[in-house]
Amino acid sequence: MNPVRHIAGRSVVLPTRDIDTDQIIAARFLTTTSREGLGEHLFHDLRRNKDGSRNEEFVLNRPDSDSCTILVAGKNFGCGSSREHAPWALLDYGFKAVISSEIADIFRNNALKNGLVAIVVDDDTHAWLLENPGAALGIDVESATLTLPDGRTIGFELDKFARYCLIEGLDQLGFLQQHIDRIERFEESRPWTP
Amino acid sequence: MQTSSTLFEKVWADHVVVPETADTPAVLYIDLHIIHEVTSPQAFSVLREKGLPVRRPDLTLPTLDHSTPTTPVSSFKDLLVAGEGAANQVRQMEQNCREFGLDLLGYGSGKRGIVHVIGPELGATQPGKTIVCGDSHSSTHGAFGALAFGIGTTEVGHVLATQCLLQRKPKTLAVDIDGRLPDGVYAKDLILAIIGRIGVDGGTGHVIEYRGEAISALDMEARMTICNMSIEGGARAGLIAPDDTTVDYLHGRERAPQGADWDAAVSRWQKLRTDDGAAFDKSTSINASALSPMVTFGTNPGMVVAIDEAVPTGSDASFRKALDYMQVESGKPMTANAVDVVFVGSCTNGRLSDIEEAARVLEGRSVAKGVRMMVVPGSEQVKAAAEARGLDRIIAAAGAEWREAGCSMCIGMNGDIAKPGQLSVSTSNRNFEGRQGVGARTVLASPATAAASAIAGHVADPRKFL
Ligand code: SF4
Repeated sequence: MNPVRHIAGRSVVLPTRDIDTDQIIAARFLTTTSREGLGEHLFHDLRRNKDGSRNEEFVLNRPDSDSCTILVAGKNFGCGSSREHAPWALLDYGFKAVISSEIADIFRNNALKNGLVAIVVDDDTHAWLLENPGAALGIDVESATLTLPDGRTIGFELDKFARYCLIEGLDQLGFLQQHIDRIERFEESRPWTP
Repeated sequence: MQTSSTLFEKVWADHVVVPETADTPAVLYIDLHIIHEVTSPQAFSVLREKGLPVRRPDLTLPTLDHSTPTTPVSSFKDLLVAGEGAANQVRQMEQNCREFGLDLLGYGSGKRGIVHVIGPELGATQPGKTIVCGDSHSSTHGAFGALAFGIGTTEVGHVLATQCLLQRKPKTLAVDIDGRLPDGVYAKDLILAIIGRIGVDGGTGHVIEYRGEAISALDMEARMTICNMSIEGGARAGLIAPDDTTVDYLHGRERAPQGADWDAAVSRWQKLRTDDGAAFDKSTSINASALSPMVTFGTNPGMVVAIDEAVPTGSDASFRKALDYMQVESGKPMTANAVDVVFVGSCTNGRLSDIEEAARVLEGRSVAKGVRMMVVPGSEQVKAAAEARGLDRIIAAAGAEWREAGCSMCIGMNGDIAKPGQLSVSTSNRNFEGRQGVGARTVLASPATAAASAIAGHVADPRKFL
C-alpha cells in the first residue's frame, strides 16, 4: 500500500442515507478474481438509467464532478456486505476519501486497509458538507483533521493503528507476521484447538 | 475478586494472542476460517506473491456457493450457465485449494453448500470458537455461542497466512426477548422485528447477545436465522449462549469432538454464559408473544411492518425514494402487492426446517398463475435430507422449482434473478435496491409467508394457510 498522508480535493455529495455495498458495487460485478477495473462498475445502477443509458442527473455523471476525489455521503454509508470490492471500486474510480456522519464497521475497516480514508465527522460538519458540494477540502491523516474552505479545521477520530498504517503505507500482514512466535505459543497452550 | 463477564468477553479473552493497546489492535486467534470462491481469490494472490503457505489448512473450510448455478452441474459447460466470470471463479478456487493443500467441499463431495449452512451441519461450528468468513452473514455461527463475524478479502489473506486477525474489541448490546412466538410467527419475523426496532445502524460497533425465554425455546436452525441477520442491524456479530439444545444438535456430527474429547468439550461449553451482573454497553428488550408475521416494505431490512398493518408514512427523501422504488403505498398493508417471484433459500432460511415450513404451506395447494417460486436448499446435505422426507415432491407438485444448493437469488450472482420491476418475496436477508436483479423489488419474509404469498399471488399472511 502506498503511504497516504494528506489529501486535498473537491467533494462530490451523495446525500442518500444507508447507501449499501450492493449500490456501491452490484453483486453481478463480483465475478472477478482481481482487484482492478471495478471503478467502471461503481454505483452502476445509479449511474445508468433502466435502459442502460447514462443517467445525466446522477451526481457523478455531471461534468463538474470529474475531478472530485472526496465523496461526502449520507449517514450509515457502506452498510451491508463485507465485500472489499466496494472500497476497491471507489479507489479504482479515483476516490481517495469518504466522509459521512456514520460509516458501517466492516466497510470502514476494509477501506482503511486499502488506503481509502473513511472518516466520520460530527453531525454539524456533515450537514455543512452535504450542503456544499464541490467544496475544496483538506484531510490530514497524521493530525486527523479536516480543513474546510474557510480554513476551519475539524478533528475526527481515526484509530491510531489505522492512522499509522496509512502514513507508513504499512502492510498489516507484515505486522501480524512479527508475532508469529506468540501465535505458535498460543497454539501450543490450547491443546483442544481442533 | 472474581469479576463477572459477558459471553462475548469470555470468548474474546480466550483468543487474545497479543492484547490490544492504545496504539495497536489485539491479535486475535481464529479457530475456523470458512472460505468461498468470491471473496478469496485476491487473498490467495497475495499469498502467492509473498511465497506464503496457508498456516492451518486443518482450520480452513473451503466450499463453493456464491456464484454457482442452482441447475444441476454435471460438466464444466453447466457451470458456464452462470457466466464466464463465475465459471472462472470456481476453476480458480479449485486450483487454489489444490495448490495450498486445502480440502475443498466442492462438486461431488455431497457436502457442498452455503458457507454458513455447512459449518454448523458438519459440526465444525462449535461453542466458544472464533469463526470468520469473507461474508458478512458469518454472524450466523454465533447461534452456537461462537464469536463469528464477516471479514474483507485482505483479512481473509491475514487469516490464511497467520490464522490471526487484528481486531479492536467491540462493544456489547444485550437484546432480551421474553414471551413465546405465536403460531405462524417464526424466528425470521422476530429478527425482522428486532431490526425494525433498533434500526439498520442500531448495532454498529457492537456484538449482540440474544437472550431470554423466546430464544431458549428456539431450535438451532431458528437461532441461526436470528444471529444471521445481526449484521442487518449493523452489528458485526450476534451470540446466543450454548445450552442443551446446542449440545444435542452437535452430538455425533462428523467434525464435532468425539469420545472423551466430546465430554471435555461439553464441560467447557457449559461455562460459556454471561455471568449474573455482567454489564453490557447497551441493552434493549422486545416481547415475542405480541408479534405478527413481519415483512419489509422498503429497501433496507429496517423498513419492516407487520403483515396485518399498514405501511407507515414517512417524509424524508430516503424514505420516499425507497417507497417509490418498491412501488408500495403508505397507508395500505403489504398484502395489497401482487407477487411475481418467490424465493425460499439462503443462509438465513435455507435449512431443512425452513424448507419444511414452506412445504407445509404448499402441500395440496398450487402456486398462483404467473408466479415463479424457487426453493433452493442451503447445502447438498439439506437437499438430500429434504428429498428423503419427500419435500421435493410436495414442492414440485405445487408447481414450484426444486433446485441445487447455493446462494442463488440471495445475491443474484449466478443468473438466478428477478426481472426489472418484478416483486420478489424472499426468505433471504437483504432487500437492497438491485440485490436480486436490476430493478427487482424485494420483500423479506419467513419461509411460511413466502410460500403463502406464492399461493395467494400477493403478499399473504401465512396464518391463513396453516
Ligand atoms: S446466502 Fe446470501 S448472505 Fe448467505 S452466504 Fe450466500 S450470498 Fe451471503
